[in-house]
Amino acid sequence: MDLVFALENFPRLLKATILTIELTFLSLFFGIFVGVFFAILRASKIKILFFISYYYSYIFRGTPLLVQIFIIYFGLAQLEWIRESFLWIVLKEPYSCAIIAFTLNTGAYSSEIFRSAFETINKGIVEAAESLGLNKINTFLRIKLPIAIRQSLPAYGNEMILMLKGTSLASTVTLLDLTGVAKHIISTTFRPVEVFIVAGSIYLIITFIIHNIIKFLEKKYSFNS
Amino acid sequence: MGLLAYGDTGWGDELFFATLMTIAVAAAAIFIGFFLAAIFASFKLSKIKILNLIGSFYTTVFRGVPELLVIYLFFFGGSGAVMYVARIFGYDGYIEVNAFLTGAFSIGIISGAYSTEVFRGAIQSINKGQFEASKVLGFKKKIYYYKIIIPQMLRLALPNISNVWQITLKDTSLISVTGLVEIMRQSYIAAGSTRDPLFFYSFAAVLYLFLTFLSMRIFNKLEKYYSRGY
Amino acid sequence: MKNIFKFFLSSIAALMIFFSSAQADSIRIGTEGAYPPWNAKDESGKLIGFEVELANWLCIYMGADCTLVEQDWDGMIPGLIMRKYDAIMAGMSITDERMKTINFSQGYADEVASLAVMKGSSLEGMDTPKAINLSTGGGDVKKALKTLTAALAGKTIGVQTATIHQNFLESGDVGSVKVRTYKTQDEVNLDLAAGRIDAALAAAVAFTDYAEKSGKPVVLVGPTFSGGAFGNGVGVGIRKDDTDLLKRFNNAINKARKNGKISELAIKWFGFDASM
Repeated sequence: MDLVFALENFPRLLKATILTIELTFLSLFFGIFVGVFFAILRASKIKILFFISYYYSYIFRGTPLLVQIFIIYFGLAQLEWIRESFLWIVLKEPYSCAIIAFTLNTGAYSSEIFRSAFETINKGIVEAAESLGLNKINTFLRIKLPIAIRQSLPAYGNEMILMLKGTSLASTVTLLDLTGVAKHIISTTFRPVEVFIVAGSIYLIITFIIHNIIKFLEKKYSFNS
Repeated sequence: MGLLAYGDTGWGDELFFATLMTIAVAAAAIFIGFFLAAIFASFKLSKIKILNLIGSFYTTVFRGVPELLVIYLFFFGGSGAVMYVARIFGYDGYIEVNAFLTGAFSIGIISGAYSTEVFRGAIQSINKGQFEASKVLGFKKKIYYYKIIIPQMLRLALPNISNVWQITLKDTSLISVTGLVEIMRQSYIAAGSTRDPLFFYSFAAVLYLFLTFLSMRIFNKLEKYYSRGY
Repeated sequence: MKNIFKFFLSSIAALMIFFSSAQADSIRIGTEGAYPPWNAKDESGKLIGFEVELANWLCIYMGADCTLVEQDWDGMIPGLIMRKYDAIMAGMSITDERMKTINFSQGYADEVASLAVMKGSSLEGMDTPKAINLSTGGGDVKKALKTLTAALAGKTIGVQTATIHQNFLESGDVGSVKVRTYKTQDEVNLDLAAGRIDAALAAAVAFTDYAEKSGKPVVLVGPTFSGGAFGNGVGVGIRKDDTDLLKRFNNAINKARKNGKISELAIKWFGFDASM
């Protein structure tokens, strides 16, 4: 490995990492809301709401993220009524298109994680809360949600790492994230091994950090403490 | 529907063959992955520390680094490495690296990292007492593996293997960047040529949904088959 | 670390080895298939375009058996070096920078670049000469670049990645514009038509072809560019050590120029004689 070459390109890759972290963070942030929303719909007794949530999750988990981002970026831009509507302010930019695609994708996976977390909540706890006079909203916010969050931490940690990897697809819609810059350096210098090691290590370091944050949270909110 | 006509006037036949290509690459990749997983899962379960480390290194790297980067490594680096090896053996001529194999290997190595964890979990979950029991009953080691361990492993691992297959199937869309004509690549070409990306990418999504739906059905059947007697 | 990695890569690569039976006198030509009218694909998935037909004729003149190999643009030169094919015919301009890595035959067609915008853009009607040649320099060129710098300030301009057009925009000759790079020219055209970018820079024919086929009001603005960062025409890219093949291509191009084949194909695909 050519250390000098690797070091020369390190600052460029590090700078691109900022975009990668930004995309990951924002998508996960919005994705949690989308995920919780659809998990609630999924528990609904109203059939149509259930099916909306079911098919949303089915479609986004059953197709590759690359297809999703291409439909949102290249596909929607083709429609004149979209370009003339207020939606275009958001869809015009590759940055926001990427975040929308990632959010919808992680939202689908998260909704499944949260759904199964809600399902495993002991009914007795909920009944106890209600018998103590907590109303439905309070029972949800103060009892069900915290338990579900704790319950879904390990699976959600995995989803965070998958999303971090997923942001690499931003490079297919003109954004220069870590993978985009790495690709650019590879195709101009023809030195794949060095670039792979440097960029790959950066991804692994972020993965490591996420992994430890989740571990810390799991410990902090473990039921035994 | 003219866009999807079969033959020279539309993209129907191209997309049909591209779908077959997607299935072929995914199948090749998951088998390469199984092969690697068998090796690395045994590494991870081994009592030798260095093998443990190698096993962990493999799964950490290939589950933590984006698929696209791995693909670029093999696409741009694969050929160089092939020539490097060939030169050691004194061959200095033209070497062609097949796009299908490059794709199947890069996806296979990623798929293998997920399979390793699945295999490891499945092996660990098998009761040790069974080995002793079969020894007492005088079974040969081969019979013990084929008739007792592997069927049980399959039952326990099938839901997870189904997951790995879905991941692998979707990952094949990324090798379109290497020029292998599978669903995504063909849609990309068609979208460029007809200037109708919305239609072709949506159609690609439908094709993938069809494939994931179909494989789910198949895996459900298999799970039922291997769960008989439980 | 280096050795483990190399060993790992090599052992996998060893499995991937696929020795192509080196046929007598077969030439593989790499092209993109996404840069109409130079090279593109039709509905049946067949490669078409000026270079596809020209390649056929050159091979007939060389008496060689040719196959066209598709390759994405950003892997075009690596593909040649990796010997995935022996020659590049992909609308690739002859530039000093590329000459550091590969050789070029003599040019077979002259490509002028141009900016394009959607009709109604504020960039229409710039006061510049019809054409500027960056190699000649001079007051006219300086003045034109100054006009362009002022007009393009703060604008987002789309180009295909790793092209002379990207190099030019990043050279600072027209100030610091926002450059957005795309994998293919098709994508540049799509985003120009969608209004995501203010202007695009590519071969002038790439835009006129797109405007004609899509019916979108894409118009050329400003001067056409040649020389300097834009190189010296489009030629066949060949590996440095393949001097024999270079000679053969040069002879074939000479013949095709003299007998009018290049002009004929250029008029068919570009609508004007771009031979050189």
